[in-house]
Amino acid sequence: MISPANPAGGFYWFVRGMRGILSLPAFILFCSFVGFTGFVSQSGIGRAEAVFMTGSIWALPAMVLLVTSALGNAALPAAFLTVTLSSIRLMPMVAALVPEIRTKKTPTWALLLVSHFVAVTAWVFTMERVDKVPPEHRVLFFAGFGITLTSCNMLIVGFGYSFVGDLPPLVAGTLFFLTPIYFVTSIWASAKDIAVYLAMIVGLVLAPLFHQVAPEFDILYTGILGGTLAFAIERLIRARQAKKTAGSEP
Amino acid sequence: MSWNAIDAWWWPYVFIIIAGWIATDIWRWLGVLVGNRLRDDSALLIWVRCVATALVAAVIAKLIVYPNGSLADFPLWLRVGAATAGFGLFLATGTRPWIGIAASIILLVAGRLLTIG
Repeated sequence: MISPANPAGGFYWFVRGMRGILSLPAFILFCSFVGFTGFVSQSGIGRAEAVFMTGSIWALPAMVLLVTSALGNAALPAAFLTVTLSSIRLMPMVAALVPEIRTKKTPTWALLLVSHFVAVTAWVFTMERVDKVPPEHRVLFFAGFGITLTSCNMLIVGFGYSFVGDLPPLVAGTLFFLTPIYFVTSIWASAKDIAVYLAMIVGLVLAPLFHQVAPEFDILYTGILGGTLAFAIERLIRARQAKKTAGSEP
Repeated sequence: MSWNAIDAWWWPYVFIIIAGWIATDIWRWLGVLVGNRLRDDSALLIWVRCVATALVAAVIAKLIVYPNGSLADFPLWLRVGAATAGFGLFLATGTRPWIGIAASIILLVAGRLLTIG
C-alpha cells in the first residue's frame, strides 16, 4: 500500500514512532518513572518484580495501587478489584484511539496486540500526532512509540532501582507533580473540539467532590457522569449554533 | 492469598499477572472491540471521548489533591495553587505545554522551600 503521495513505508513510520521517545511527553513520563522507582524500591518489592510489573501492567496509577495493595497485605481478589476498577478508564481511551489508527484492512488481532501499550502518555502523544501519519501506517507508528517507551521505562526501573531509593523528598515530590501538570496541559493543547475542553473542566471539578462521597469509585463516577454532562453541553452548543446558521440563511 | 502468602519465587509474578496484567488488559481488549464498532464521526464516539477525557481529568485531580508518596507532604494550597497558576499562564500565553509545566514546577519548588523555612 505505497501510494505516490506517501512514498515512505511501514518501517519508516515504525522508526518515526520510536523516535517519539525523544519528545516532551516521553521525557516527562521518564521523570515520573524515576519517581515510581523510588517508591517501589522503598516499598520492599524486588527489582525483577518491579521491572515485570512495569512491562506487564503499563499504567502508572494501576502500578501504584498494586504496590499499595501488596504492602497492605491485601488478598489477591481484593487487589484485583482495586486495580481493575482504577483501570476502567483504559476502555474508553482505547475505544477513542482505535478509530483514529485503524483502516478497513487493519486486523483486529493487531489492534488487540498494540492496545497493551495504551496508557495516558501514549494516548496523548498519538492523538496529538496521528493526523500527520498516513492511515495505513498509524498502527505501526503507535507500536513503534509504545514498544520503545515501555522498554525504556523497564530499563529505568531496572537500573534506577539501586540508586533512586534515597531521593530527597523535595525532588521525589516534584517528580510526582510533573505527571498531572503535563497531562492537563498536553490534552488541552492537542484538543480539536470543544467537547474535550468541557470534559476536562467538568472532570477536574467533579473528581474531588465524588471523592468525598464515594472514594472507591470517584474516578469511575467522574468519568461516566462528568463525561455525559460534558457531552450534553456540547450537544446543546452544537444545536444552538446549527439553529443560528439556519436562521441567518435567506 | 496476599503478596506474602506463598513463599516461592514465582508467587509475586502470579500475583502481578492476575491482579495487575489481566486486571488492566481486559479493559484495553474491550476498548478495541468497542472502538472497532464506532464510526469516525458518530455522536457515540464524541461521548466515548468525553468519558475518556473526564476519567483522565479525575486521575489528574486526584494526583494533585490526594497524592501518594512524598508529594503528600507538600501543603494542599501549594499543590492546587501551583497547578492553577501554571495552567492560567499556559492559557494566557498561547497554550504551549512547556510554559505551564515550567511555571507550575518553579512555583511548587519555590513555595516548598519557603514553607520548609
